[in-house]
Amino acid sequence: MAYERSESTGAEDGADTTALALKILVAGGFGVGKTTLVGAVSEIRPLRTEEQLSRAGELVDDTGGVDQKTTTTVAMDFGRITIRSGLSLYLFGTPGQDRFWFLWDELSQGALGAVVLADTRRLEDCFPAVDYFEHRKIPFVVAVNCFTGARTYGAADVSRALDLDRGTPVVLCDARDRDSGKEVLIRLVEYAGRMHTARLLDTVG
Amino acid sequence: MNEDSAGGGPSVPGSQWYDADAGPLVRPYAMTGGRTKPGPSNVRFDLIALVVVDDDPPGPAEESLLGPEHRSLLALCRAETQSVAELSADADLPVGVVRVLLGDLLESGFVRVSRPVPPAQLPDERILREVIDGLRAL
Repeated sequence: MAYERSESTGAEDGADTTALALKILVAGGFGVGKTTLVGAVSEIRPLRTEEQLSRAGELVDDTGGVDQKTTTTVAMDFGRITIRSGLSLYLFGTPGQDRFWFLWDELSQGALGAVVLADTRRLEDCFPAVDYFEHRKIPFVVAVNCFTGARTYGAADVSRALDLDRGTPVVLCDARDRDSGKEVLIRLVEYAGRMHTARLLDTVG
Repeated sequence: MNEDSAGGGPSVPGSQWYDADAGPLVRPYAMTGGRTKPGPSNVRFDLIALVVVDDDPPGPAEESLLGPEHRSLLALCRAETQSVAELSADADLPVGVVRVLLGDLLESGFVRVSRPVPPAQLPDERILREVIDGLRAL
């Protein structure tokens, strides 16, 4: 097994004490299968974490509040994949609605990369996510969730329709299938590595 | 308490809120004493910051002074090193509240929190290779 390689301890001068966690975002339009994808590859049941949205003052001053709800809850799904002890991958499904964009900013901080899930019947739903990651230079792959009954398009068609930058991978997938989800993640990590190396070379040159 | 009036909002049928829909019985930030940001050290806990119990924690006397939410977070950390996001889900508390409570635990020396990878220095190739191999082996 991969874990048993002798140099895989990662314990360089005691640095092992700080476990490493990597973050991958799963974005895309409403109902495109973000939660499904997270659930398919996660080793833990998909968890939901909630962010309570409200101005602080409202909460403190709120006395009755029963006939007027002052808080909104945004739920984020997430899952985990443990690569080895001390190295794990966290997947976050981003909240779909545009008004929660500010949460994306936090989520995308330090993220390794993102998966933009797309449905060819509603391709325009993933435009905002594509724009978002392109502008922030966060490596992403587009994963086309092949719903049954949807006409299948080739990866090149999707790439052209989304006007993606050259090199941005497009993967056809089935969000319900674990192997298919794994393949999407592998493509993303490979791509993120290539982007990172290219950037390093840029700064050196 | 407000319980009596909780179901009796506007008299339009179907407009009443019951149970979880009515919102939390204890307002989330009541658990933090109204604070919305972690204490003086002003740390910003990333969702994937990992929380571990300190090797040399304060004694049981100090622990007994902690609130119930602090203690349930501490119990979760003892069971397993967890990310802030997981703690929030498992303790069933909003992330914002968990951050404040963790700030208290950090300051009083009950836990340590790992810094997430700085955005500018994503992991080196060796680690990415390891991630890819690990995913393949799943």
